[in-house]
Amino acid sequence: MSEVKFSKEHEWITLEGDVATIGITKHATEMLGDIVFAELPEKGSNVEKDGTAGVVESTKAASDVYTPVSGEVVDTNQAIVDDPSKINEDPEGSAWFFKLKMKDQSEMDSLMNKEEYDKFAKESAS
Amino acid sequence: MEIKKTSLNKLHQSNNAKFVEFAGYEMPIQYSKGIIEEHKFTRSHSGIFDVSHMGQLFIYGDESLTEELEKIFPLDLKNLKLNCSKYSFLMNQDAGIYDDLIITKIEQGYLIILNAACKDKDFEILSNLLGSKFKMNLDNHRSLIAIQGPKSVEILNSIINGVDQLNFMTGNWFDSDNQKLFVTRSGYTGEDGFEISISNDKAEKFVENLIERGAQLIGLGARDTLRLEAGLCLYGHELDINKTPVEANLRWAISKSRLLNGGFIGSKKIMNQMQDGANQIRVGIKPEGRLIAREKTKIFDDTDTQIGEITSGTFGPSVNGPIAMGYVNKDFSKIDTKILLEVRGKKHPANVCALPFYKKNYVKGVN
Repeated sequence: MSEVKFSKEHEWITLEGDVATIGITKHATEMLGDIVFAELPEKGSNVEKDGTAGVVESTKAASDVYTPVSGEVVDTNQAIVDDPSKINEDPEGSAWFFKLKMKDQSEMDSLMNKEEYDKFAKESAS
Repeated sequence: MEIKKTSLNKLHQSNNAKFVEFAGYEMPIQYSKGIIEEHKFTRSHSGIFDVSHMGQLFIYGDESLTEELEKIFPLDLKNLKLNCSKYSFLMNQDAGIYDDLIITKIEQGYLIILNAACKDKDFEILSNLLGSKFKMNLDNHRSLIAIQGPKSVEILNSIINGVDQLNFMTGNWFDSDNQKLFVTRSGYTGEDGFEISISNDKAEKFVENLIERGAQLIGLGARDTLRLEAGLCLYGHELDINKTPVEANLRWAISKSRLLNGGFIGSKKIMNQMQDGANQIRVGIKPEGRLIAREKTKIFDDTDTQIGEITSGTFGPSVNGPIAMGYVNKDFSKIDTKILLEVRGKKHPANVCALPFYKKNYVKGVN
Protein backbone atom coordinates (compact mmCIF):
# COMPACT_ATOMS: atom_id res chain seq x y z
CA MET A 1 0.00 0.00 0.00
CA SER A 2 1.16 3.52 -0.77
CA GLU A 3 2.03 6.20 1.71
CA VAL A 4 -1.06 7.94 3.17
CA LYS A 5 -1.72 11.27 1.49
CA PHE A 6 -3.95 14.12 2.64
CA SER A 7 -6.08 16.84 1.05
CA LYS A 8 -6.79 20.41 2.17
CA GLU A 9 -10.42 19.36 2.66
CA HIS A 10 -9.22 16.96 5.38
CA GLU A 11 -9.55 13.68 3.50
CA TRP A 12 -6.94 10.92 3.66
CA ILE A 13 -6.20 8.58 0.77
CA THR A 14 -4.17 5.41 0.26
CA LEU A 15 -3.54 3.62 -3.01
CA GLU A 16 -3.35 -0.13 -3.59
CA GLY A 17 -2.82 -0.99 -7.27
CA ASP A 18 -5.19 1.44 -8.99
CA VAL A 19 -7.77 1.41 -6.18
CA ALA A 20 -7.74 4.34 -3.76
CA THR A 21 -9.32 4.19 -0.30
CA ILE A 22 -10.60 7.52 1.01
CA GLY A 23 -11.82 8.71 4.40
CA ILE A 24 -11.81 11.82 6.57
CA THR A 25 -9.00 12.67 8.97
CA LYS A 26 -8.99 12.49 12.75
CA HIS A 27 -8.49 16.25 12.75
CA ALA A 28 -11.69 16.62 10.68
CA THR A 29 -13.70 14.49 13.11
CA GLU A 30 -12.41 16.53 16.02
CA MET A 31 -13.59 19.71 14.33
CA LEU A 32 -16.96 18.20 13.42
CA GLY A 33 -17.75 16.69 16.81
CA ASP A 34 -20.08 13.69 17.18
CA ILE A 35 -20.95 12.39 13.72
CA VAL A 36 -24.53 11.16 13.48
CA PHE A 37 -25.13 10.76 9.74
CA ALA A 38 -23.08 9.72 6.73
CA GLU A 39 -24.07 9.64 3.06
CA LEU A 40 -21.76 7.99 0.54
CA PRO A 41 -21.53 8.10 -3.26
CA GLU A 42 -23.28 5.37 -5.22
CA LYS A 43 -21.29 2.36 -6.28
CA GLY A 44 -20.58 2.55 -10.00
CA SER A 45 -20.81 6.35 -10.11
CA ASN A 46 -17.94 8.51 -11.27
CA VAL A 47 -16.58 11.29 -9.08
CA GLU A 48 -14.29 14.12 -10.07
CA LYS A 49 -11.27 15.39 -8.14
CA ASP A 50 -12.32 18.05 -5.59
CA GLY A 51 -16.00 17.33 -6.25
CA THR A 52 -18.47 16.35 -3.52
CA ALA A 53 -18.68 12.63 -2.85
CA GLY A 54 -20.74 12.41 0.29
CA VAL A 55 -21.98 14.17 3.37
CA VAL A 56 -21.32 13.87 7.07
CA GLU A 57 -23.47 15.47 9.71
CA SER A 58 -22.59 16.14 13.31
CA THR A 59 -25.08 17.13 15.97
CA LYS A 60 -24.29 20.70 14.92
CA ALA A 61 -24.16 20.85 11.12
CA ALA A 62 -23.84 19.12 7.77
CA SER A 63 -20.52 19.07 5.89
CA ASP A 64 -19.71 17.89 2.38
CA VAL A 65 -17.12 15.20 1.88
CA TYR A 66 -14.91 15.81 -1.16
CA THR A 67 -12.87 13.37 -3.15
CA PRO A 68 -9.20 14.31 -3.53
CA VAL A 69 -8.92 12.30 -6.78
CA SER A 70 -11.15 11.25 -9.74
CA GLY A 71 -12.41 7.79 -10.42
CA GLU A 72 -15.20 5.23 -10.38
CA VAL A 73 -16.67 4.30 -7.02
CA VAL A 74 -16.04 0.55 -6.62
CA ASP A 75 -16.94 0.12 -2.95
CA THR A 76 -18.52 2.04 -0.08
CA ASN A 77 -18.42 1.40 3.67
CA GLN A 78 -21.99 0.57 4.73
CA ALA A 79 -20.84 0.07 8.33
CA ILE A 80 -20.37 3.85 8.82
CA VAL A 81 -23.80 4.56 7.32
CA ASP A 82 -25.40 2.12 9.76
CA ASP A 83 -23.41 3.43 12.72
CA PRO A 84 -21.88 6.86 12.02
CA SER A 85 -20.28 7.01 15.50
CA LYS A 86 -17.66 4.60 14.08
CA ILE A 87 -16.25 7.58 12.17
CA ASN A 88 -15.34 9.32 15.42
CA GLU A 89 -13.90 6.10 16.84
CA ASP A 90 -11.56 5.09 14.02
CA PRO A 91 -11.57 7.73 11.27
CA GLU A 92 -8.25 6.82 9.69
CA GLY A 93 -8.76 3.05 9.89
CA SER A 94 -11.92 0.94 9.77
CA ALA A 95 -14.17 3.97 9.11
CA TRP A 96 -13.03 4.56 5.52
CA PHE A 97 -15.71 6.10 3.28
CA PHE A 98 -15.31 4.79 -0.28
CA LYS A 99 -12.92 3.14 -2.70
CA LEU A 100 -12.23 4.51 -6.17
CA LYS A 101 -10.73 2.98 -9.28
CA MET A 102 -8.40 5.81 -10.23
CA LYS A 103 -8.07 7.08 -13.78
CA ASP A 104 -5.00 9.23 -13.36
CA GLN A 105 -2.64 8.32 -10.55
CA SER A 106 -0.65 11.53 -11.00
CA GLU A 107 -3.51 13.25 -9.14
CA MET A 108 -1.88 11.84 -5.99
CA ASP A 109 1.21 13.99 -6.55
CA SER A 110 -0.32 17.28 -5.51
CA LEU A 111 -1.58 15.93 -2.17
CA MET A 112 0.18 16.43 1.16
CA ASN A 113 2.16 13.86 3.10
CA LYS A 114 1.51 13.34 6.81
CA GLU A 115 4.04 15.88 7.99
CA GLU A 116 2.72 18.55 5.61
CA TYR A 117 -0.87 17.81 6.53
CA ASP A 118 -0.26 17.94 10.28
CA LYS A 119 1.32 21.35 9.81
CA PHE A 120 -1.57 22.47 7.57
CA ALA A 121 -4.20 21.20 10.03
CA LYS A 122 -2.51 22.91 12.95
CA GLU A 123 -2.34 26.22 11.07
CA SER A 124 -5.89 26.06 9.73
CA ALA A 125 -7.25 25.28 13.21
CA SER A 126 -5.67 28.31 14.87
CA MET B 1 -19.24 45.63 19.55
CA GLU B 2 -17.15 43.79 22.07
CA ILE B 3 -18.25 40.28 22.86
CA LYS B 4 -19.76 39.91 26.33
CA LYS B 5 -18.69 37.25 28.81
CA THR B 6 -20.56 35.68 31.70
CA SER B 7 -19.08 35.39 35.16
CA LEU B 8 -18.36 31.70 34.45
CA ASN B 9 -16.22 32.39 31.37
CA LYS B 10 -12.93 31.45 33.08
CA LEU B 11 -14.47 28.28 34.45
CA HIS B 12 -15.65 27.34 30.94
CA GLN B 13 -12.13 27.92 29.64
CA SER B 14 -10.51 25.77 32.31
CA ASN B 15 -13.02 23.04 31.42
CA ASN B 16 -11.88 23.09 27.77
CA ALA B 17 -15.02 24.68 26.39
CA LYS B 18 -15.35 25.31 22.67
CA PHE B 19 -16.89 28.74 22.42
CA VAL B 20 -19.38 30.28 20.01
CA GLU B 21 -20.88 33.72 19.89
CA PHE B 22 -24.50 33.58 20.95
CA ALA B 23 -26.63 36.72 21.28
CA GLY B 24 -23.50 38.82 21.72
CA TYR B 25 -22.01 36.56 24.39
CA GLU B 26 -19.09 34.17 24.25
CA MET B 27 -20.81 30.94 25.29
CA PRO B 28 -19.66 27.32 25.50
CA ILE B 29 -21.14 25.18 22.70
CA GLN B 30 -19.56 22.06 24.18
CA TYR B 31 -16.77 20.84 26.44
CA SER B 32 -14.24 18.08 25.75
CA LYS B 33 -16.69 15.16 26.00
CA GLY B 34 -18.89 16.41 23.18
CA ILE B 35 -22.58 17.03 22.68
CA ILE B 36 -23.85 13.45 22.75
CA GLU B 37 -22.11 12.51 26.01
CA GLU B 38 -23.10 15.80 27.61
CA HIS B 39 -26.70 15.22 26.54
CA LYS B 40 -26.76 11.69 27.94
CA PHE B 41 -25.06 12.75 31.16
CA THR B 42 -27.82 15.30 31.74
CA ARG B 43 -30.51 12.66 31.19
CA SER B 44 -28.85 10.14 33.53
CA HIS B 45 -27.07 12.33 36.11
CA SER B 46 -26.93 16.10 36.41
CA GLY B 47 -25.86 18.80 33.97
CA ILE B 48 -24.95 22.41 34.80
CA PHE B 49 -25.85 25.08 32.24
CA ASP B 50 -24.61 28.64 32.28
CA VAL B 51 -27.65 30.62 31.17
CA SER B 52 -26.40 33.91 32.58
CA HIS B 53 -26.78 35.52 29.17
CA MET B 54 -30.54 35.39 29.67
CA GLY B 55 -32.26 38.46 31.05
CA GLN B 56 -33.41 38.64 34.67
CA LEU B 57 -35.92 41.45 34.77
CA PHE B 58 -37.22 42.42 38.19
CA ILE B 59 -40.29 44.66 38.18
CA TYR B 60 -41.57 46.07 41.46
CA GLY B 61 -44.80 47.87 42.14
CA ASP B 62 -48.11 47.95 43.98
CA GLU B 63 -51.39 46.21 43.06
CA SER B 64 -51.66 48.23 39.88
CA LEU B 65 -48.58 46.46 38.48
CA THR B 66 -50.55 43.21 38.20
CA GLU B 67 -53.31 45.05 36.35
CA GLU B 68 -50.84 46.68 33.98
CA LEU B 69 -49.08 43.38 33.27
CA GLU B 70 -52.43 41.72 32.54
CA LYS B 71 -52.89 44.29 29.77
CA ILE B 72 -49.69 42.89 28.24
CA PHE B 73 -49.55 39.14 28.97
CA PRO B 74 -52.26 36.49 28.33
CA LEU B 75 -52.08 35.39 31.96
CA ASP B 76 -54.36 35.37 34.97
CA LEU B 77 -51.82 37.16 37.13
CA LYS B 78 -54.38 38.16 39.77
CA ASN B 79 -54.66 34.52 40.70
CA LEU B 80 -50.96 33.72 40.38
CA LYS B 81 -49.72 32.78 43.83
CA LEU B 82 -46.53 34.11 45.36
CA ASN B 83 -43.43 32.24 44.07
CA CYS B 84 -45.35 30.54 41.26
CA SER B 85 -44.15 30.73 37.65
CA LYS B 86 -45.88 30.78 34.27
CA TYR B 87 -44.59 30.42 30.73
CA SER B 88 -45.80 33.28 28.53
CA PHE B 89 -45.06 35.62 25.62
CA LEU B 90 -44.49 39.25 24.87
CA MET B 91 -46.52 39.89 21.72
CA ASN B 92 -47.39 42.66 19.30
CA GLN B 93 -50.97 43.66 18.35
CA ASP B 94 -51.08 40.87 15.75
CA ALA B 95 -50.02 38.32 18.37
CA GLY B 96 -46.59 38.02 16.74
CA ILE B 97 -44.10 36.92 19.36
CA TYR B 98 -41.35 39.34 20.47
CA ASP B 99 -40.11 36.83 23.03
CA ASP B 100 -41.13 33.84 25.09
CA LEU B 101 -40.46 34.10 28.81
CA ILE B 102 -41.06 32.81 32.32
CA ILE B 103 -42.77 35.14 34.76
CA THR B 104 -42.69 34.49 38.50
CA LYS B 105 -44.67 36.32 41.18
CA ILE B 106 -42.25 37.51 43.84
CA GLU B 107 -42.80 39.75 46.84
CA GLN B 108 -43.71 43.25 45.69
CA GLY B 109 -43.47 42.34 42.05
CA TYR B 110 -42.45 39.93 39.33
CA LEU B 111 -39.30 38.32 38.01
CA ILE B 112 -39.31 37.76 34.24
CA ILE B 113 -36.67 35.59 32.57
CA LEU B 114 -36.05 36.74 28.99
CA ASN B 115 -34.10 35.34 26.06
CA ALA B 116 -30.59 36.77 25.69
CA ALA B 117 -31.08 37.96 22.12
CA CYS B 118 -34.37 39.68 22.98
CA LYS B 119 -33.82 41.09 26.46
CA ASP B 120 -32.78 44.64 25.59
CA LYS B 121 -35.62 45.09 23.14
CA ASP B 122 -38.07 43.50 25.61
CA PHE B 123 -36.93 45.95 28.26
CA GLU B 124 -37.55 48.85 25.90
CA ILE B 125 -41.01 47.55 24.91
CA LEU B 126 -42.02 46.93 28.51
CA SER B 127 -40.65 50.29 29.66
CA ASN B 128 -42.74 52.03 27.01
CA LEU B 129 -45.85 50.06 27.97
CA LEU B 130 -45.48 50.42 31.73
CA GLY B 131 -44.21 54.00 31.84
CA SER B 132 -42.18 55.20 34.79
CA LYS B 133 -44.59 54.14 37.48
CA PHE B 134 -42.77 50.92 38.37
CA LYS B 135 -39.19 50.09 39.25
CA MET B 136 -37.68 47.95 36.50
CA ASN B 137 -34.27 46.36 36.79
CA LEU B 138 -32.73 44.20 34.07
CA ASP B 139 -30.23 42.87 36.56
CA ASN B 140 -26.80 42.20 35.09
CA HIS B 141 -25.24 41.73 38.50
CA ARG B 142 -26.79 38.31 38.77
CA SER B 143 -25.84 35.10 36.97
CA LEU B 144 -28.32 32.37 36.11
CA ILE B 145 -27.32 28.74 36.49
CA ALA B 146 -29.50 25.78 35.52
CA ILE B 147 -28.94 22.33 36.96
CA GLN B 148 -30.89 19.62 35.17
CA GLY B 149 -31.28 15.86 35.36
CA PRO B 150 -32.35 13.20 37.87
CA LYS B 151 -29.46 13.68 40.34
CA SER B 152 -29.86 17.46 40.43
CA VAL B 153 -32.28 17.57 43.35
CA GLU B 154 -29.95 15.59 45.59
CA ILE B 155 -26.87 17.58 44.56
CA LEU B 156 -28.47 21.01 44.90
CA ASN B 157 -30.23 20.16 48.13
CA SER B 158 -26.90 19.21 49.69
CA ILE B 159 -25.79 22.82 49.12
CA ILE B 160 -29.09 24.67 49.52
CA ASN B 161 -31.18 22.75 52.01
CA GLY B 162 -34.90 22.85 51.22
CA VAL B 163 -34.90 23.12 47.44
CA ASP B 164 -36.19 19.54 47.32
CA GLN B 165 -39.49 20.88 48.71
CA LEU B 166 -40.11 23.12 45.69
CA ASN B 167 -42.83 22.01 43.28
CA PHE B 168 -42.40 22.25 39.51
CA MET B 169 -42.76 25.85 38.28
CA THR B 170 -42.40 27.37 41.73
CA GLY B 171 -39.48 29.14 43.36
CA ASN B 172 -38.27 30.83 46.51
CA TRP B 173 -35.43 32.78 48.07
CA PHE B 174 -32.85 30.71 49.89
CA ASP B 175 -29.86 31.69 52.01
CA SER B 176 -26.54 30.15 51.07
CA ASP B 177 -22.97 31.33 51.61
CA ASN B 178 -24.19 34.61 53.14
CA GLN B 179 -26.31 35.64 50.24
CA LYS B 180 -29.82 35.35 48.89
CA LEU B 181 -30.36 33.03 45.95
CA PHE B 182 -33.60 32.80 44.03
CA VAL B 183 -34.18 29.17 43.07
CA THR B 184 -36.98 27.89 40.84
CA ARG B 185 -37.79 24.29 40.00
CA SER B 186 -37.77 24.60 36.26
CA GLY B 187 -35.64 24.21 33.18
CA TYR B 188 -35.65 23.59 29.49
CA THR B 189 -34.40 20.05 29.02
CA GLY B 190 -37.39 17.84 29.81
CA GLU B 191 -35.67 16.81 33.05
CA ASP B 192 -36.35 17.64 36.66
CA GLY B 193 -34.12 20.51 37.67
CA PHE B 194 -33.60 24.00 39.00
CA GLU B 195 -32.56 27.46 37.92
CA ILE B 196 -30.56 29.51 40.37
CA SER B 197 -30.22 33.28 40.28
CA ILE B 198 -26.99 34.17 42.07
CA SER B 199 -24.80 37.26 42.30
CA ASN B 200 -21.97 37.28 39.74
CA ASP B 201 -19.17 37.24 42.30
CA LYS B 202 -20.46 34.03 43.89
CA ALA B 203 -21.36 32.15 40.71
CA GLU B 204 -18.03 30.52 39.94
CA LYS B 205 -17.54 29.13 43.44
CA PHE B 206 -21.11 27.89 43.48
CA VAL B 207 -20.70 26.01 40.19
CA GLU B 208 -17.37 24.54 41.33
CA ASN B 209 -19.22 23.23 44.37
CA LEU B 210 -21.84 21.61 42.12
CA ILE B 211 -19.07 20.00 40.05
CA GLU B 212 -17.40 18.63 43.19
CA ARG B 213 -20.68 16.97 44.04
CA GLY B 214 -20.88 15.15 40.71
CA ALA B 215 -22.63 17.50 38.31
CA GLN B 216 -20.91 18.42 35.02
CA LEU B 217 -20.86 21.50 32.83
CA ILE B 218 -22.97 21.13 29.67
CA GLY B 219 -22.76 23.38 26.60
CA LEU B 220 -25.38 25.04 24.45
CA GLY B 221 -25.09 22.24 21.87
CA ALA B 222 -26.52 19.66 24.24
CA ARG B 223 -28.97 22.21 25.61
CA ASP B 224 -30.37 22.41 22.08
CA THR B 225 -30.65 18.62 21.56
CA LEU B 226 -32.20 18.26 25.03
CA ARG B 227 -34.85 20.93 24.48
CA LEU B 228 -35.66 19.64 21.01
CA GLU B 229 -36.19 16.10 22.32
CA ALA B 230 -38.44 17.64 24.96
CA GLY B 231 -40.44 19.36 22.19
CA LEU B 232 -39.69 22.85 23.54
CA CYS B 233 -39.58 25.94 21.34
CA LEU B 234 -36.48 28.05 20.85
CA TYR B 235 -36.94 31.72 20.09
CA GLY B 236 -35.62 32.65 16.64
CA HIS B 237 -36.43 29.15 15.40
CA GLU B 238 -39.92 27.94 16.35
CA LEU B 239 -40.97 31.38 17.55
CA ASP B 240 -40.59 34.83 15.99
CA ILE B 241 -42.48 38.01 15.25
CA ASN B 242 -44.34 36.35 12.34
CA LYS B 243 -45.75 33.51 14.44
CA THR B 244 -48.46 33.49 17.07
CA PRO B 245 -48.76 31.29 20.18
CA VAL B 246 -51.74 29.51 18.60
CA GLU B 247 -49.73 28.71 15.47
CA ALA B 248 -46.89 27.56 17.72
CA ASN B 249 -49.30 25.10 19.34
CA LEU B 250 -48.86 26.79 22.72
CA ARG B 251 -52.54 27.33 23.48
CA TRP B 252 -52.00 25.73 26.88
CA ALA B 253 -49.90 28.72 27.94
CA ILE B 254 -52.79 31.15 27.45
CA SER B 255 -54.96 31.46 30.56
CA LYS B 256 -58.51 30.31 29.83
CA SER B 257 -60.03 33.06 31.94
CA ARG B 258 -58.29 35.69 29.79
CA LEU B 259 -59.83 34.35 26.60
CA LEU B 260 -63.33 35.35 27.68
CA ASN B 261 -62.72 39.09 27.73
CA GLY B 262 -59.31 39.49 26.11
CA GLY B 263 -57.74 42.82 26.95
CA PHE B 264 -54.13 41.77 26.51
CA ILE B 265 -51.91 42.74 23.60
CA GLY B 266 -52.71 40.53 20.63
CA SER B 267 -55.89 39.18 22.23
CA LYS B 268 -58.08 39.80 19.18
CA LYS B 269 -55.91 37.71 16.91
CA ILE B 270 -55.46 35.02 19.56
CA MET B 271 -59.20 34.76 20.19
CA ASN B 272 -59.92 34.54 16.46
CA GLN B 273 -57.31 31.88 15.93
CA MET B 274 -58.48 29.91 18.96
CA GLN B 275 -61.93 29.82 17.39
CA ASP B 276 -61.14 29.33 13.71
CA GLY B 277 -57.80 27.58 14.01
CA ALA B 278 -54.55 28.76 12.52
CA ASN B 279 -53.48 28.12 8.92
CA GLN B 280 -50.05 26.88 9.90
CA ILE B 281 -49.20 24.94 13.00
CA ARG B 282 -46.07 23.73 14.76
CA VAL B 283 -45.65 19.96 14.75
CA GLY B 284 -43.09 17.30 15.61
CA ILE B 285 -41.47 15.62 12.62
CA LYS B 286 -39.64 12.32 12.49
CA PRO B 287 -37.64 11.66 9.32
CA GLU B 288 -37.53 8.01 8.27
CA GLY B 289 -34.09 6.42 8.49
CA ARG B 290 -31.13 8.43 9.76
CA LEU B 291 -31.46 11.54 7.60
CA ILE B 292 -31.24 14.84 9.44
CA ALA B 293 -33.41 17.68 8.18
CA ARG B 294 -32.10 21.00 9.44
CA GLU B 295 -33.75 24.37 9.93
CA LYS B 296 -35.20 25.84 6.67
CA THR B 297 -35.68 22.40 5.09
CA LYS B 298 -38.75 22.63 2.87
CA ILE B 299 -41.67 20.30 3.56
CA PHE B 300 -43.79 18.93 0.67
CA ASP B 301 -46.88 16.78 0.22
CA ASP B 302 -46.95 13.94 -2.30
CA THR B 303 -48.13 16.26 -5.09
CA ASP B 304 -44.94 18.34 -4.90
CA THR B 305 -46.67 21.27 -3.22
CA GLN B 306 -44.74 22.95 -0.45
CA ILE B 307 -46.72 22.70 2.79
CA GLY B 308 -44.24 23.97 5.35
CA GLU B 309 -40.72 24.37 6.66
CA ILE B 310 -38.52 22.86 9.38
CA THR B 311 -37.58 25.25 12.20
CA SER B 312 -35.20 22.99 14.15
CA GLY B 313 -33.75 19.62 13.25
CA THR B 314 -30.99 17.51 14.70
CA PHE B 315 -30.03 14.07 15.93
CA GLY B 316 -31.67 13.20 19.24
CA PRO B 317 -29.13 11.29 21.33
CA SER B 318 -31.71 9.78 23.72
CA VAL B 319 -34.16 9.03 20.91
CA ASN B 320 -31.17 7.69 18.95
CA GLY B 321 -32.43 9.09 15.68
CA PRO B 322 -33.19 12.25 13.77
CA ILE B 323 -35.88 14.60 15.12
CA ALA B 324 -37.29 17.92 13.98
CA MET B 325 -39.97 20.50 14.55
CA GLY B 326 -41.52 22.72 11.95
CA TYR B 327 -44.62 24.45 10.70
CA VAL B 328 -47.04 22.77 8.30
CA ASN B 329 -50.32 23.75 6.71
CA LYS B 330 -53.08 22.76 9.16
CA ASP B 331 -54.38 20.04 6.81
CA PHE B 332 -51.11 18.18 7.35
CA SER B 333 -50.79 18.64 11.09
CA LYS B 334 -52.39 15.37 12.23
CA ILE B 335 -50.12 12.80 13.84
CA ASP B 336 -48.87 10.13 11.39
CA THR B 337 -49.41 12.32 8.32
CA LYS B 338 -46.83 11.39 5.68
CA ILE B 339 -44.76 14.30 4.45
CA LEU B 340 -41.62 14.76 2.34
CA LEU B 341 -38.51 16.70 3.32
CA GLU B 342 -36.25 18.18 0.66
CA VAL B 343 -32.63 17.69 1.69
CA ARG B 344 -29.78 18.30 -0.77
CA GLY B 345 -32.16 18.29 -3.72
CA LYS B 346 -33.86 14.99 -2.90
CA LYS B 347 -37.19 14.37 -1.19
CA HIS B 348 -37.15 12.04 1.78
CA PRO B 349 -40.14 10.55 3.64
CA ALA B 350 -41.02 11.68 7.16
CA ASN B 351 -43.98 11.56 9.52
CA VAL B 352 -45.74 14.18 11.60
CA CYS B 353 -45.49 12.93 15.17
CA ALA B 354 -46.53 13.72 18.72
CA LEU B 355 -44.35 15.92 20.94
CA PRO B 356 -42.28 15.50 23.01
CA PHE B 357 -39.93 13.02 21.39
CA TYR B 358 -38.62 12.16 24.82
CA LYS B 359 -40.78 12.19 27.91
CA LYS B 360 -39.90 12.02 31.53
CA ASN B 361 -42.16 13.21 34.28
CA TYR B 362 -41.39 16.48 35.96
CA VAL B 363 -41.75 16.54 39.71
CA LYS B 364 -45.20 17.98 40.32
CA GLY B 365 -45.92 17.67 44.01
CA VAL B 366 -43.41 16.62 46.62
CA ASN B 367 -45.43 17.43 49.70
